[in-house]
Amino acid sequence: MGNAMAIGGYGADRHSDTTADAVRFDGVTIGFGDFIAVRDVDLSVPPGEFLCIVGPSGCGKSTILNVITGLLKPRTGTVTLSGQTLRGLNRDVGYMLQQDGLLPWRTVLDNIALGPLFKGKPKAEARALAAPWLDKIGMAGVGERYPWQLSGGMRKRVGLAQTLIMQPRILLMDEPFSALDIHTRHLMENELLRLWEEARSTVVFITHDLEEAISLGDRVVVMAAGPASHPVASFAIDLPRPRDVAEIRLTEPFLRLHRDIWDVLRGEVMRSHTTVRA
Amino acid sequence: MTWQGRVRTWQLTLLVLVLAGWELGAATGLIDPFFLPRPSAILRRVVAWAGSADVYNDLAITLTETVLAFGIGTLLGVAAGLWLALAPFAAAVADPFIKALNALPRVILAPIFALWFGLGILSKVALGVTLVAFVAFFNTYQGVKEVNPVVVANAQILGAGRGAMLRHVYLPAAATWILSSLRASIGFAVIGAVVGEYLGSAAGIGHRIAEADGLFDAVGVFAGMTVLSAFVLLLDGCVSLLERRLVTWRAPALNANQG
Ligand SMILES: Nc1ncnc2c1ncn2[C@@H]1O[C@H](COP(=O)(O)OP(=O)(O)OP(=O)(O)O)[C@@H](O)[C@H]1O
Ligand SMILES: [Mg+2]
Repeated sequence: MGNAMAIGGYGADRHSDTTADAVRFDGVTIGFGDFIAVRDVDLSVPPGEFLCIVGPSGCGKSTILNVITGLLKPRTGTVTLSGQTLRGLNRDVGYMLQQDGLLPWRTVLDNIALGPLFKGKPKAEARALAAPWLDKIGMAGVGERYPWQLSGGMRKRVGLAQTLIMQPRILLMDEPFSALDIHTRHLMENELLRLWEEARSTVVFITHDLEEAISLGDRVVVMAAGPASHPVASFAIDLPRPRDVAEIRLTEPFLRLHRDIWDVLRGEVMRSHTTVRA
Repeated sequence: MTWQGRVRTWQLTLLVLVLAGWELGAATGLIDPFFLPRPSAILRRVVAWAGSADVYNDLAITLTETVLAFGIGTLLGVAAGLWLALAPFAAAVADPFIKALNALPRVILAPIFALWFGLGILSKVALGVTLVAFVAFFNTYQGVKEVNPVVVANAQILGAGRGAMLRHVYLPAAATWILSSLRASIGFAVIGAVVGEYLGSAAGIGHRIAEADGLFDAVGVFAGMTVLSAFVLLLDGCVSLLERRLVTWRAPALNANQG
């Protein structure tokens, strides 16, 4: 870090309330018109935790992140972030959306530089901050390309850099690596773990991929099939850190966790298929 | 041959064929040159004009009016479009008024503007502005309304305030629409200028055509139209150039054959 943004943004109050949960849901219900997406969700994420949420498609995972960011208002219940009730858009939260929101009229480098620019950095300084990220996401040499000249996976990586450059206190990620090939994916996952272990931010990470969830998280929460979804089970992942996501998959404790969680998840996935058909 | 070359060849062939047929029709008496003068006569008149200074003076006046109407109209339209697109309540209130004003045939305004602003440049600029502003307005409005909501959400999450949203998200998003409407706008600016001149002025290409009209000088009317067409083509070329310079970030359409 070492820049003014970090100090002003979260450095001061980072340790101010270490006891309060970084994210806390109390009886949160979210609906769209007559449709109830999630009902009565209680969830608490202690500071510094890497939480992974898995669940069938359409159960309301993205919806939950939208609420944490303040993009969406819950119908009932309260959302507290580090002890403070959420009002409006939360600026301490970094959110990598499921679909990338790159500015089509900005180059890769300028897209990465957006966060610092919006925080008031001069253009040149913001670009200088962004430049090292090209390397980190494996895109050195394509910084001057426009989004339409990128592959789907490359766009995701730019989105990742866009979010991480802000060094957010709470990091929300919605299937950030689903568009990547397995090799790049493992690289990015390891890089994310490394950055997280440095910064010790709180992460809420959504994925379809149970293996990814176990290899990254401190805890995996399984959501029920929608509508009116809610968490059905929570598994502590006590695998040692630092981890290598590719190697840890082959270990016995990993496989045991995978079996246990899949037992729960499979039921929800099957239920979600029958509900959608009905 | 390249695509561009083929297009040009066909355009030229078509032009020559039409002009030759027209000239032939006039020569054989099929077309009465009093109503529809021969192309050669029109060309001679244009060449004669090109040798005198007043035609350049007229062109300069029409150009000034066009550029002013274009600039002021675009600015007003873009500002109004941005504002109303971002203020849904104001937009809902303004909606019927905008529709009513836009439905008004602008020719009706020409005498009123002449009354308000006199017979000089100003009344023509005002007329052009009423045309251009609406084109710019509707395109800006549409452009802002159609920004990808994910892009908007992402920029807000990254900390963009109102000013930054306007500058980095809404305006560039609308810019494509505004630029693609510039061509229509420049046409409307010319219409405003020429119609205004035609209905009452002492100079400009429109005035030149009106004068010829009054004398039943068909050759003069057609020569005026020819000069006007060349003028519009030239402006259109300038707009194309501007568009290509400004929008470098857009993907070319997959089936675009033209360079
Ligand atoms: N704006 C909206 N209006 C109406 N319904 C919505 C809206 N957004 C989401 N939904 C519904 O809410 C439910 C949860 O959607 P959400 O996007 O949170 O699912 P998800 O768990 O993220 O799915 P996936 O894993 O496929 O991304 C879905 O049934 C969806 O159809
Ligand atoms: Mg989702």
